[in-house]
Amino acid sequence: MKIGYYPGCSLSGTGREYDLSLKKVLNLLDVELEEISDWSCCGATSAHATNHLLSTILPVRNLALGKKQNLTELLAPCAACYNRLIVSQYEIEKNPQVKKQAFELFGEFDSKGISIINIIELFQKIGKDKIIEKREIELKGIKAACYYGCLLVRPFEITGFDDSEQPHSMEEIISAAGAVPIDWNYKIECCGASHSIAHKEIAVDLSEKIINDASKHGADVIVVACPMCHSNLDMRQKAMKKNIKMPVLYLSEFIGLSLGIGANELGLNLHFISSDLLLEKVK
Amino acid sequence: MRIGVFICHCGENIGRTVDCPEVSRAAGKFPGVAVSIDYKYMCSDPGQNLIKNAIKEKNLDAVVVGSCSPHMHEKTFRKACSDAGLNQYLCEIANLREQCSWVHEDIPMATAKAIDLVRIAVEKVKRDAPLITIKVPVTKRALVIGGGISGIQSALDIANAGFEVVLVEKEPSIGGHMSQLSETFPTLDCSQCILTPRMVEVYQHPKIKLLTYSEVEKVEGFIGNFKVTIRKKARSIDETKCTGCGDCAQKCPIKKKAFSEFDEGLINRPAIYVPFPQAVPNIPVIDRTACTYYQTGKCQLCKKVCGREAISFDQEDILLTENVGSIIVATGYTLYTIDKKPEESPIKGYGEYGYGKYKDVIAGLQFERIASASGPTSGEILRPSDKTVPKKVVFIQCVGSRDESKGFSYCSKICCMYTAKHAMLYKHKVHDGEAYVFYMDIRSGGKMYDEFVRRAIEEDHVKYIRGRVSRIYEENGKYIVKGEDTLSGMPVTIDADLVVLATAMTAQHDSSKLAQKIGIPYDKYGFYNEVHPKLRPVEVSTAGVFLAGACQSPKDIPESVAMASAAACKSLVLFGSDFLEREPTVAKVNESVCAGCFYCRKVCAYNAIEIKEIKDRQGKLIKTVAYVNSGLCQGCGTCNAVCPSKSVELIGFNDEEIYAEINAL
Repeated sequence: MKIGYYPGCSLSGTGREYDLSLKKVLNLLDVELEEISDWSCCGATSAHATNHLLSTILPVRNLALGKKQNLTELLAPCAACYNRLIVSQYEIEKNPQVKKQAFELFGEFDSKGISIINIIELFQKIGKDKIIEKREIELKGIKAACYYGCLLVRPFEITGFDDSEQPHSMEEIISAAGAVPIDWNYKIECCGASHSIAHKEIAVDLSEKIINDASKHGADVIVVACPMCHSNLDMRQKAMKKNIKMPVLYLSEFIGLSLGIGANELGLNLHFISSDLLLEKVK
Repeated sequence: MRIGVFICHCGENIGRTVDCPEVSRAAGKFPGVAVSIDYKYMCSDPGQNLIKNAIKEKNLDAVVVGSCSPHMHEKTFRKACSDAGLNQYLCEIANLREQCSWVHEDIPMATAKAIDLVRIAVEKVKRDAPLITIKVPVTKRALVIGGGISGIQSALDIANAGFEVVLVEKEPSIGGHMSQLSETFPTLDCSQCILTPRMVEVYQHPKIKLLTYSEVEKVEGFIGNFKVTIRKKARSIDETKCTGCGDCAQKCPIKKKAFSEFDEGLINRPAIYVPFPQAVPNIPVIDRTACTYYQTGKCQLCKKVCGREAISFDQEDILLTENVGSIIVATGYTLYTIDKKPEESPIKGYGEYGYGKYKDVIAGLQFERIASASGPTSGEILRPSDKTVPKKVVFIQCVGSRDESKGFSYCSKICCMYTAKHAMLYKHKVHDGEAYVFYMDIRSGGKMYDEFVRRAIEEDHVKYIRGRVSRIYEENGKYIVKGEDTLSGMPVTIDADLVVLATAMTAQHDSSKLAQKIGIPYDKYGFYNEVHPKLRPVEVSTAGVFLAGACQSPKDIPESVAMASAAACKSLVLFGSDFLEREPTVAKVNESVCAGCFYCRKVCAYNAIEIKEIKDRQGKLIKTVAYVNSGLCQGCGTCNAVCPSKSVELIGFNDEEIYAEINAL
């Protein structure tokens, strides 16, 4: 299977291990990634907080480049990139004026002809059977709290993915790895997102609630699919009142463990919170 | 021919843009016109007398009135003609107001058009045949579908007026949702205490034929003459033998395993059961999906214990036919459930409230059962999960209602009132408890209604928070309710012991099926549509069918009862005469030309085309032709338009008449 790849800034920066682990895992699962050459910023929070047109046009540029490479499917592992790309695609279909402007800049292209998928959708495509087939270690008894955050499952009208209020798709993927998904209350609550930069205390407070709830429900690990969530849940734990030391893993890292890839190869050593206790259980 | 033309000025309505004397002069010169007069108000008494006198004095044999739309005064002028001895269908209206003076400004042009319109009418009236109104006999008997408070009220009103009523209820007992309620707003009187006397009255009434556990299967016929097929579902009990002693239910080994519809699933019931102690009739029914005998072939304990030998396992559904003149539809409502529903349903469920997975997050009707003396807790407020007294209860209004993302944009109308009532009942029973209400707006219009809500707030200290609840989850046996107080702009978190949702009132899930059987239009939510929202609120477009209660839109008890009496009254108006007069302008088939292709049957919106067999004297079938049931035909002319052999004609609008009108232009 060949899939277009839009890493976005996080995967080459703060979420390097996400990129690392994803490539290793997909290699084992026979998925080839074709990166969009000369990709640019999706606009992230800054663009859509300041200029609506800019926030739409920036992601569309990447779609136009993808189309030039004849890509039909595009993976955006970062939840924010995924959201910006899919919302922009929706926006230009709805707003012919913006579409015209985009076409003037990037040339006409079949903007609907490229389907944007998130990492969970990619694993759904690969299939649970394939994961089970390639599984080296059954993550038996590992209790995992799947955390979706805000962007992965919203807005439903546009993404049409899973369920905004009670998502369950990630649980199905990690059970293919042999782990036990737990039922908990904070899987779609806000982590504080980019408040982490200007108002650290808000992100600490919100993330702490998430960590606490996962811990209360017996989680050994929180599995995420968003670099922003990861950085808040992982990096901000030190500032929290309760010292829980909850490991926070990307979905790709978690699946990677079950495929028998070494922890350091997956980049687990790059996290703030040590995964040693978890790795003990894996053995 | 001797035709009279009468041009009305309609005050200034026509006269301002149409030169009426000129129209009258021009019409006087048309061939066949014997007299032509104009007058300021032709519909007035002196105006009508002008027509009457002209008919008598000039011996007229047809009349054309140039006036307002026939929708307004055709009846008036036809009556004037028939009073003067002329067949009323020899009177034609030329619409000089809505289709001429009101839509034009230029006087000479409008006048020329008016002259054309009158000429058209004159040419038509020359070819008109005298017609006689169709008389249809009326069966003075009503069918009421639904045995809730609305159906009960309609049935009693009609029966007390001396006419027979067939009351059909799909559940084993009549009473509907009202029988489930604890107290009623705004007086807090016990619901069953005011309802059960009426249920008994229905049962004892000599004019009411009560068919419970029955459903309408098929409706044929038309106003005054409906033929209704009713499926009487197998109760598995011989109703003539059963005394309602209840021994069978006592012995049923299923005991409390089957879902209790009456108690909204809060407790369970046996497989053989009477829904509630005051049920009418007090005859049990066997739920075959739960019964051990029907599932495994063994048991029959109820049969052994029944002293009257009333248990009849091999009983089958019976189809009954009833002839009635009118139908009152009072099928009520059902509540929105927050569970996730299949994709095809418009109901989306509430993931944010856990899709119904929390035992102590309940719907309004469940709280009614908990608060009711006849309920599973005998009226003590205990939460379902652990049967403890909840010390903090959160009531959430508008769950589903006014929420487009859940598929419903309408207001359920009764929730503001019943939530105030719930909070009040709770506070009256749990004095140290705290009650919170999350609301969007408080809509308490009605006699003593707003006072009632104020009482909950001021006297019973119910805490009202204006805002929505975004999430409910369980934590240490408490339900964490997260919402927003939009008045202070602050987030609110309440650790509640019990959460009561005022879920939307929705149409019965199968409301469209019944609507299609009877021919009732319905809206996108499945509520039945009345003909006119203001002036004809209980009638539907199918003549002889009336609506009562919440099947039309969400309603409380007083409104449902008022509507039920109105529907009964409309039925009684119908029963006031022995015959119904119908317009003779219906379709008619020329059987000698009809090829029996039945295109007309396919396009007829009123199911008025029947198949008729033409036989020779030996009884041998020669051919089948279309036949118009003049009772059902609405005279729309669709069959006339599609008939390839031109063998359908619309009486009063036949081809010759229409061509003459066109040629007159």
